[in-house]
Amino acid sequence: MTWIAVLAATAGCFALKLLGHSVPESILDRPFVRRSADLLPISLLSALVAVQTFVLSQQLGLDARVAGVCAAVIALLLRAPFFVVVLVAAATAASLRALGWAS
Amino acid sequence: MRDSLSVGIAVGAYGLSFGALSTITGLSVLQTQTLSALMFTGASQFALIGVLGAGGGAASAVVTSVLLGVRNTLYGLRVTRSLDVSGPKRLLAAQFTIDETTAMALSHETVDDPRAFRLGFWTTGLAVYLCWNCFTFIGAISISSLGDPRKLGLDAAIPAGFLALLWPRLKRRSAWALAVVSAAFALALTPALRPGLPVLAAAVVAVLAATHGIDLAPPEPSSPTTAQSSGTEVLRTEVLGNAPTGSTDVERTQ
Repeated sequence: MTWIAVLAATAGCFALKLLGHSVPESILDRPFVRRSADLLPISLLSALVAVQTFVLSQQLGLDARVAGVCAAVIALLLRAPFFVVVLVAAATAASLRALGWAS
Repeated sequence: MRDSLSVGIAVGAYGLSFGALSTITGLSVLQTQTLSALMFTGASQFALIGVLGAGGGAASAVVTSVLLGVRNTLYGLRVTRSLDVSGPKRLLAAQFTIDETTAMALSHETVDDPRAFRLGFWTTGLAVYLCWNCFTFIGAISISSLGDPRKLGLDAAIPAGFLALLWPRLKRRSAWALAVVSAAFALALTPALRPGLPVLAAAVVAVLAATHGIDLAPPEPSSPTTAQSSGTEVLRTEVLGNAPTGSTDVERTQ
């Protein structure tokens, strides 16, 4: 099942890339298409952040992940690079769990 | 050339996170590497493993991932004429059409000479491709022996990764508003829908916002020429973090 997902998504993403190199500009270069393409990543990524931070087995809740993501926000405000942001989040959540302060 | 290499190295660090998180969420090293080699578009790769890892179905993982790849189509439209390639080279150009290469090529664009544009595109594409894949592999093989992912806080690393991808896009107030509404919408639907679907439902918010004319591009006179360049204006500042350089030359007739 995982392989099917991997290959289907790969094919879909490549097809979208190739589409841009294949169709005449006039077909896709419309304000609505451009706006959607700009806005989709914002909606999807923010929904992913929210769900992966606050949801555990289909219920909303707070655990060490919330603190990890807050630490990531601070790292981003300090202009830390991607890898550092991810590392800071993991280290924060791991420390809170090790100390027994969060689940 | 040096710019391309530094972009490649920056992306490499992010490939390291992808490789590590992908194997933690249960993908094999081969599946992880397949994504980096063949899908080669970071946000879509992260989305696929994120949704699968959170217990979402394969279908919603695939659709979320593909929707995040829609922007690459628009990048392709923008770069294809200046690249002017055909045959197998066009397939490679399509594969390399991502945030970093498009931004780098556009920042080197000049009115009368497409060479700098092409050099920027291809050197960045090659540097990012090699770094991305090497570091994915290192991340994937090094993490599997570390032990309980929760104890290591790696379940917090995944949303932090999504946040880091989202962050550069949140320059405008309308972007923030959209992000907050989308996040709230997905959370509200969570108890009612199968895992994976609330995130997909958030895509509806983006499309609704787009039909209502919400736009992240800076306002410009609406001639066809400027309308086209404005769509990539956001990208330039997003990825490269500097002011637009050079002039956009969409009327080139070569």
